[in-house]
Amino acid sequence: MSETPLETLRRHRPRWDRVGERAVEGLIRLCGYSAILFVLGIFLFVFREGAPLLPKLDWGRVLLSPEWYPTSRMHVRYGVAAMIAGTLSVTALAMVLAVPFGLGAAIFVSEFCTGRVKETLKIVIELLAAIPSIVWGFIGLSVTNRLIQTYLPAPVGLNLFNAACLLALMSVPIIVSIGEDALKAVPDSYREAALALGATRWQTVYRVLLPAARHGLLAAVLLGVGRAIGETMAVLMATGHANQFPRSLFDPIRTLTATIAAELGETAVGSDHYRMLFVIGLMLFTITFIVNLLADLAVRGVRNKTG
Amino acid sequence: MDAPEYSITTRGLNLWYGQFQALVDVSLDIPARRITALIGPSGCGKTTLLRCFNRINERLGYVTTRGEIHVLGRNIYAPDVSLLELRKAVGMVFQRPNPLPLSVYENVVFGLRLHHRRGELPRARLDAAVEQALREVGLWNDLKDRLDTPATRLQLEQQQKLCIARLLPLKPQVILMDEPCSALDVNGTRAIEELLFALREHYTLVVVTHNMAQARRASDECIFMLLGRVIEHRRTEDLFLNPRRPETAEYIEGRYG
Ligand SMILES: Nc1ncnc2c1ncn2[C@@H]1O[C@H](COP(=O)(O)OP(=O)(O)OP(=O)(O)O)[C@@H](O)[C@H]1O
Ligand SMILES: [Mg+2]
Repeated sequence: MSETPLETLRRHRPRWDRVGERAVEGLIRLCGYSAILFVLGIFLFVFREGAPLLPKLDWGRVLLSPEWYPTSRMHVRYGVAAMIAGTLSVTALAMVLAVPFGLGAAIFVSEFCTGRVKETLKIVIELLAAIPSIVWGFIGLSVTNRLIQTYLPAPVGLNLFNAACLLALMSVPIIVSIGEDALKAVPDSYREAALALGATRWQTVYRVLLPAARHGLLAAVLLGVGRAIGETMAVLMATGHANQFPRSLFDPIRTLTATIAAELGETAVGSDHYRMLFVIGLMLFTITFIVNLLADLAVRGVRNKTG
Repeated sequence: MDAPEYSITTRGLNLWYGQFQALVDVSLDIPARRITALIGPSGCGKTTLLRCFNRINERLGYVTTRGEIHVLGRNIYAPDVSLLELRKAVGMVFQRPNPLPLSVYENVVFGLRLHHRRGELPRARLDAAVEQALREVGLWNDLKDRLDTPATRLQLEQQQKLCIARLLPLKPQVILMDEPCSALDVNGTRAIEELLFALREHYTLVVVTHNMAQARRASDECIFMLLGRVIEHRRTEDLFLNPRRPETAEYIEGRYG
């Protein structure tokens, strides 16, 4: 009894079949590991470009001062505080708009729609996700810019609020589709239990489904946040790109991402300014890494619960 | 015996899933405060019929129902009938125990919370409801110190009893059960059957079962269904001792199942 039936089966299959299987297996494994390789590679590249400047920086200044004068002749200053404030404020405002809207839409699609309407909505939402960010930037420059100037008490249309609206529209599809998956994963038996006790559909949603799907919904929100933080083109075009602390909804701001996009082409490779932009890249890396880690932990919370 | 009082009556009930007819001309009278068993081979429409009585079938958009169902003397398809009131009066227990992902306590008071505003539910009232419901299903002694544990961590048998207990605070008059023991072992099954007898005093019970012996042990009346039709409906002992219809005889002798 030294051979299991499976082993005998294997041995009798043609040789090239086994070789082919090995090859495919190897290829698939390579694809999987390459993801790790790429992430590490990119991080190392960004780190290598930024690293020589790291010991030279006065971190108190960098993180607390809004003074960003990377090309000043007299006195070069690399304060990114205003940009961090810009990135955080535009992301936060975008989420204030996108989270209720996105979760509402996810609930609507998953619990209140059936058949045709549901399919159509899902397709439209996916289309929304596929719009390139440069197109959103155009919309920000032309459409929302004018709308804000006309209807809101804002001196300029390119500002925090404009960019936040665009970012909200860009993260809503992510929140909706992942949120909908989270709700769909709640067993139907919970819905039936609640309905059979006389719950309305809305009671079923907020008393049973939202608590049951909370980890997945949190992950959806965090992935939306990640999308908003990383966005570059649309915010470069719509924020006004003014390096200052926002004092109202309608102040122009500048974000970390937009700064890199706008200035990297102008710097000499290897210069301090060039390296500083990579340091900003490292900061972004850290922020998105934390957000993704949180999202991952949230999703894992789901698995521990059900499994 | 006192005059029959019926909790559920149906007349000419037909039901379609899309084009497929799952119930054909079902006319029944289900007596109050008795255990009525629904038996029949797989796919004959037992679950479908049961799910008509609290109109939970209508969740599926493609279901069409024709005919009349009266529950507690009211036509449940009348336009002025409140679905929520109907479901308060007619509780349902499912095939797989499905406690909500909440604590034991919250599962029991879930129904109360649905139908009352927060102000109407002082803690004392909730506590009393929990104790009474859990006592009625025989869980109080086991769980009184563990009311905060998630209900999904209980043993299956306890989960199923909890699913019965959570109906009770709403004071239902009818309890529908779809194969309530099919996920349980022998001891669990016996415990639920004993519970059925205890509940019969106050509630009308309609119990779907696949298990002939269970139907025989644990019911007063028995309805045998085949391909969406009611073939025979009589007192359980009569149905098992001398079935009138040949199909019934064949089924209880185990020729198809
Ligand atoms: N949601 C549904 N959509 C379409 N057809 C269904 C649906 N539910 C049940 N049916 C069909 O209706 C018929 C009756 O099903 P039902 O579940 O009521 O049978 P049952 O007697 O409860 O069977 P079982 O003993 O296996 O639980 C079956 O032919 C089944 O295929
Ligand atoms: Mg069934």
